[in-house]
Amino acid sequence: MSGFDARPRVRVPRTASVDEVVLVRTLINHPMENGHRIDTDGNTVPRHIINRFTCTFNGETVIDMEIEPSLSANPFIEFEARVPESGEFAFTWLDDDGSVYEDSASITVG
Amino acid sequence: MGYSRRHTLAMGLGGLFVTVVPIRVSADAEGLIEAFTGGAEIVEGPLDISAPEIAENGNAVPVTVTCPDAKSIRILAPANPNPEVCTVHFGPLAGRHSLTTRIRMAETMDVIALAEMADGTFVQAAANVRVTIGGCGG
Repeated sequence: MSGFDARPRVRVPRTASVDEVVLVRTLINHPMENGHRIDTDGNTVPRHIINRFTCTFNGETVIDMEIEPSLSANPFIEFEARVPESGEFAFTWLDDDGSVYEDSASITVG
Repeated sequence: MGYSRRHTLAMGLGGLFVTVVPIRVSADAEGLIEAFTGGAEIVEGPLDISAPEIAENGNAVPVTVTCPDAKSIRILAPANPNPEVCTVHFGPLAGRHSLTTRIRMAETMDVIALAEMADGTFVQAAANVRVTIGGCGG
């Protein structure tokens, strides 16, 4: 039980020309407990982070990212993708507790 | 006012401390860099890292790394309790190989970016960020 509701948010342009490089911005709410924080009772809060993020477009990898506890809470990740055709971006965030958060965004190319 | 023997000794010790501390930190960073490069030599290359000179809040410091020919890029914050921040691998549909994210920083330090290039060589870049309030808890 993670005690929060992870809501991924992504932003990509709706349209692009063939092979255009577009900006992709993603944000997800997550505490990213780094395992060093001490709560009000003096106990160490156990590590609980998103440890991996991936983005694919029509099944082909755009980026694949390993994440460590030094990334900020509510991970914000911005990168660029080349879009050869119309299709869909698929995003996944993998949580330490085994949860997988997913989102997608489609783009029309032409 | 002249310097007494005691003052001179204190200044000498102070100087020693100042020179010893950076060596220790860079030795830490070297181990972290080697963990990524496997001991390979670091060459000159077009890796760009951009971060604010002064970050008031170490909980979220924006960092951008860009390296057009990189296969993967690792970001390190050597003075953090967990010095590795993230490693990004670029796939065939990555555009300009660039990544912007927000990182935690415990104190003022050099943020290091390491890139593994398509030809197997490694490139390094660093940006000094002064942190007013650390962001690693504890």
